[in-house]
Amino acid sequence: MISSKLRGDTSNGALIVVEGIDGSGKSTQIHLLHRWLLSEGYKVFFSDWNSSPLVKGTTKLGKKRRTLTPTTFSLIHATDFADRTEHQIIPALKAGAIVLADRYQYTAFARDVARGVPPGWVRNLYDFSAKPDIAFYFRVPLEVSLERILTGRAQLKYYEAGLDIGLSDDIRESFKMFQSRIMGEYDDMVDEFGLTVVDGTRSIEEQQHEVRCIVLDHLTKRKGIRPETTGETDGKIPLLR
Amino acid sequence: MARFRFYGEPLPGVDLDSLTGRLIVLEGPDGVGRSTQAEMLREWLESAGHAVADTGLTRSELTQEGLDEAKKGHTLGRKTMSLFYATDFADRLENQIIPALRAGYHVLSDRYFFSICARDIVRGADPVWLESIYGFALVPDLVLYMRAGVNDLLPRALYGKGFNYWESGMDLALGSDFFDSFVEYQSKVIAELDKIAARHAFCVIDASRATEQIFDDLRAAIGPVLSGSPVLK
Repeated sequence: MISSKLRGDTSNGALIVVEGIDGSGKSTQIHLLHRWLLSEGYKVFFSDWNSSPLVKGTTKLGKKRRTLTPTTFSLIHATDFADRTEHQIIPALKAGAIVLADRYQYTAFARDVARGVPPGWVRNLYDFSAKPDIAFYFRVPLEVSLERILTGRAQLKYYEAGLDIGLSDDIRESFKMFQSRIMGEYDDMVDEFGLTVVDGTRSIEEQQHEVRCIVLDHLTKRKGIRPETTGETDGKIPLLR
Repeated sequence: MARFRFYGEPLPGVDLDSLTGRLIVLEGPDGVGRSTQAEMLREWLESAGHAVADTGLTRSELTQEGLDEAKKGHTLGRKTMSLFYATDFADRLENQIIPALRAGYHVLSDRYFFSICARDIVRGADPVWLESIYGFALVPDLVLYMRAGVNDLLPRALYGKGFNYWESGMDLALGSDFFDSFVEYQSKVIAELDKIAARHAFCVIDASRATEQIFDDLRAAIGPVLSGSPVLK
């Protein structure tokens, strides 16, 4: 497979990312997409937000001590992203892999701007990023995501709830206000970056079917990327029943 | 009106009117004698009754451990390194420098973001990108650029702590050994610092001279910056 492409061009591979507010269901969807691509025999690489082995210790420290400001919060996440871009994402794309990312630069644009960081500044920070082939945005009404998060998970975290910017002293209230701001930022980015909007209120299966159709179409028609081995379903997407 | 301003877009949540101290920066290449001068200046300022907070590059509590760890493995990519240092600088600015200025301390900063930029530019970073990132930095009251040629830096590297991997730019493979690489790398860093100094009109101090002479010049430059600041009689 490598042969003529040994020189390395990131367009050899395909970059697919998922975005959305907490509780939008994006992680579930990318997990199911990952499973399917692997079972089809594609070469897949997965990268999670905030997961650089070099940087995540620092992020953790800052969160624990609560010394992160909107600016350092933004910078440390960009550092993490840069490390993953340089060490994982770009090499994997050059090697012709399908790279899946749970959250990408748009998460930073939404969250950091919601914290008061200048929009132009944070976009410039990420100007080295590889451009996604498809950026899915799982859109759900705020009430739906809040319902999922606030009933599902026992505890909200300090930065996750935006307590650092003092919207409210009540953690749940702060979380709601912060998420609402983030959602506004996401909605504004749909046109700016051509995000592919998926209606996240439908069943998991319906959403996954749509995601697989879009991905398969892109891989075969636009990129000519095929599985390395023959997969279980022979390249077809099982119909929804 | 506030005395301070930012280079670019403002740092969120900072009230410039509340910053009453002076921000004085010592810049210059590795081994030019900045920390010796900083120590002497601090003593001088304190004996005149001014409270002084000193702070140096890579002393941020947030990033010190992570940066040290990352540098040990020599595994930092270029963008990652630029951004890690920017994080470190921002943490120092927001958690040390600004609170000190707010408390009425004069801050003597052993380097600012200019050295970081010079090193990054030598490693291929885009100066425009860097300037935009560091737009959140406060414009100091005074930047003293201790300028010296690479020949002046050699004795310290030789007789002091020896040639350091990063200060010799060994990651760039510029020369066949530490000495060649050090000379090549530091010359490039100095050339970039010169450009930055010219662009921002730094106060240039000839640091190839004796410690006492340099100290006299530094004091003479700092004097006017302190005018308006309360003095003990």
